[in-house]
Amino acid sequence: MEQGPAGVSAAAAAASTGGLLLPLSESEQQRYSELFSRCCPPPEAAAGGSSVGELFRASQLPPDTLHQITEVCGAKRVGYFGPTQFYIALKLIAAAQSGFPVRIESIKNELPLPQFVALKNDSDVRYGTPAELHGVKFQVPHTSLEKNSYKRTDEGDKQEPKSPPMSPICSPPASPSTYQRVPLSYGYGKSRSGLEQQHGAPYEVRHTTHQQDGPLSGNYGAKPALACSTLNRSLSGEREQQDSNAHYSDDPWRITEEQRDYYINQFRSLQPDLNSFISGSVAKNFFTKSKLPIPELSHIWELSDVDCDGALTLPEFCAAFHLVVARKNGYQLPETLPETLVPEYLQAASLKPMRDCTLFDSYSESLPGGQQTRDFSRTEKTSAEEVSDSSALLKDGKKDDKQALKVSTDLKTIPKEFQHLTVKTAAQESNTLKARPRSRSYSSTSIEDAMKKGEEPPTPPPRPQKSHSRASSLDLNKIFQQNAQAVRSGWLPPPPPALPPRPSLSQEVVIAQPPSKPARRKLRTETQGLETPELSPTINVTSSLPAVKPHLPVQKQSSKQKRAIQTAIRKNKEANAVLARLNSELQQQLKEVHKERIALETQLEQLRPVTVL
Amino acid sequence: MAVCIAVIAKENYPLYIRSVPTENELKFHYTVHTSLDVVDEKISAMGKALVDQRELYLGLLYPTEDYKVYGYVTNSKVKFVMVVDSSNTALRDNEIRSMFRKLHNSYTDIMCNPFYNPGDRINSRAFDNMVNSMMMQVC
Repeated sequence: MEQGPAGVSAAAAAASTGGLLLPLSESEQQRYSELFSRCCPPPEAAAGGSSVGELFRASQLPPDTLHQITEVCGAKRVGYFGPTQFYIALKLIAAAQSGFPVRIESIKNELPLPQFVALKNDSDVRYGTPAELHGVKFQVPHTSLEKNSYKRTDEGDKQEPKSPPMSPICSPPASPSTYQRVPLSYGYGKSRSGLEQQHGAPYEVRHTTHQQDGPLSGNYGAKPALACSTLNRSLSGEREQQDSNAHYSDDPWRITEEQRDYYINQFRSLQPDLNSFISGSVAKNFFTKSKLPIPELSHIWELSDVDCDGALTLPEFCAAFHLVVARKNGYQLPETLPETLVPEYLQAASLKPMRDCTLFDSYSESLPGGQQTRDFSRTEKTSAEEVSDSSALLKDGKKDDKQALKVSTDLKTIPKEFQHLTVKTAAQESNTLKARPRSRSYSSTSIEDAMKKGEEPPTPPPRPQKSHSRASSLDLNKIFQQNAQAVRSGWLPPPPPALPPRPSLSQEVVIAQPPSKPARRKLRTETQGLETPELSPTINVTSSLPAVKPHLPVQKQSSKQKRAIQTAIRKNKEANAVLARLNSELQQQLKEVHKERIALETQLEQLRPVTVL
Repeated sequence: MAVCIAVIAKENYPLYIRSVPTENELKFHYTVHTSLDVVDEKISAMGKALVDQRELYLGLLYPTEDYKVYGYVTNSKVKFVMVVDSSNTALRDNEIRSMFRKLHNSYTDIMCNPFYNPGDRINSRAFDNMVNSMMMQVC
């Protein structure tokens, strides 16, 4: 830290107003100046009271400590938060967070940077601030250190995401009261990892700041760019190691194993199939129980439902649940979905354990679909990472990003329904409006409901129309068309029961005539016979369908399937009519039998008085 | 680049209005309100035919000296009205159409959110971001 003392003395010399020597290290200086500029726009000399208050509250210190700090730093005395007061206040906050008493003496020591929760990462602002420094006092150190500070901003960026998670731990009593649905074990787990963090945090920060100063001082003036890049790499490498060591608990948006298991269990309680998804209404009821305000839940949904289809897959659900938990613990919701919560990331992370617990083993297509899911997730992960990076950096949704996001989100619909989609439909979907993927998911969920009512797992149910109940306001024909086009490629179409109902009808007509018991039994066997012919074509169809290659063009298959569906509908209607006729005939027989019985009884009555007499 | 974008519900009350922050925002609100009459006229003129055949993009509703008003109706009678500065001659019909398409897509995304009740005001950040990207950048 050879640069350190030089910088410190310069800063001290420059900052000595009011007779107070304030030693600031370079990282602290940079951080404080950036915080100050955030709280007050450059032309003014003093920070706005409200923004300063917000910042102080974000430090998660108890209010009386904050009052003490404002007193000690002199803002109360002078009546405003000038740069010196602000800097002193920040230093005091750092001291308080490290456990030192709020005194002027304590800030003379080496302290880590103060931690603030949920500071919005204005990367744009950061590049502007080093240049636009206020006040003459800091001109000297900053002109000399300007080059460094520019590069430092990159590292500052990386440090920023690390700093927010550490501060809530400083005030644990606030959060447990907000745990409503999260079980105690989970809360304990989080605080446990948080405690570990707390001990690690000051050392971590100090270590990194030392590292920063060391190599940089060596390369100062030579080739700062190169040093910066190597430093970044070393820092990121170090951070990754620390990440793996610290159980991924640095990043509040990273889901731990414990949390993941909990989320998966919750998902299972709502939807037993882990490869399927939860509908919007079910998810709404579930998340409303968390008692968060509706606009926030709405925002969480927007963030987590990446493909905007009104349903949550397992990774989307985990992301949503994680956001809910984070919000309940006091974290502000991000503007865009953090990288670690993006569905591809979560799916890639959870893909291996999910392979073991697939429930639908009987689906012949689940395995090839699963392999392709993995391929897709790999390719998507790379594209999605780029996309999520860009979306994280540029928060004001530029056109390109939005389109890229749309393309990637269209692509993302594939893993969810990969058991049912082909590659060509994917290419098609990416070019069309979103209406189709959305209706696709509607129909696929409804089909899945119908699936459960099916006879055997490999055969689809012969009556897909049962799913109408949800699509009351939508045009059913359109749904079926799109349904047929997009989904049915991999799905087995409903079996077209061909001839059997017709001959049985004629047979019934013949049999209905002799009104005796053997006839009734025959009718019963006929109805049973009705069912068995239905089953046999289904079996035939299932055997033939795996042979159907999923690479057929979608249009042909869709029209074929449409026809198949229509014929199936017709057949079912005919079967219905047949059964209705059967019913009426049986009723007639019943009436006749009743008449006979009455006749016999009257005969008996007539005969009886004869015997009595 | 629009000057004002509004989403009107079926019952003709606004779900979302956003204008470029000038001193006279009320003027835009008034313009949007009066343009609803033109929208209704266009819908009823085509209303005899099947709903499917009616095109969603209504085109230029009426021009004034300062600006032009474009309209778009969805199948559920939700209207999007866009006010565009007349001096901005670079904007062509295709661009307006694409802007409406983006609006429609974002609107359907909002609809997918189960926490959104149809008929509520639109409070979505994603929608706001998208609309901001389409508004004129006033420095």
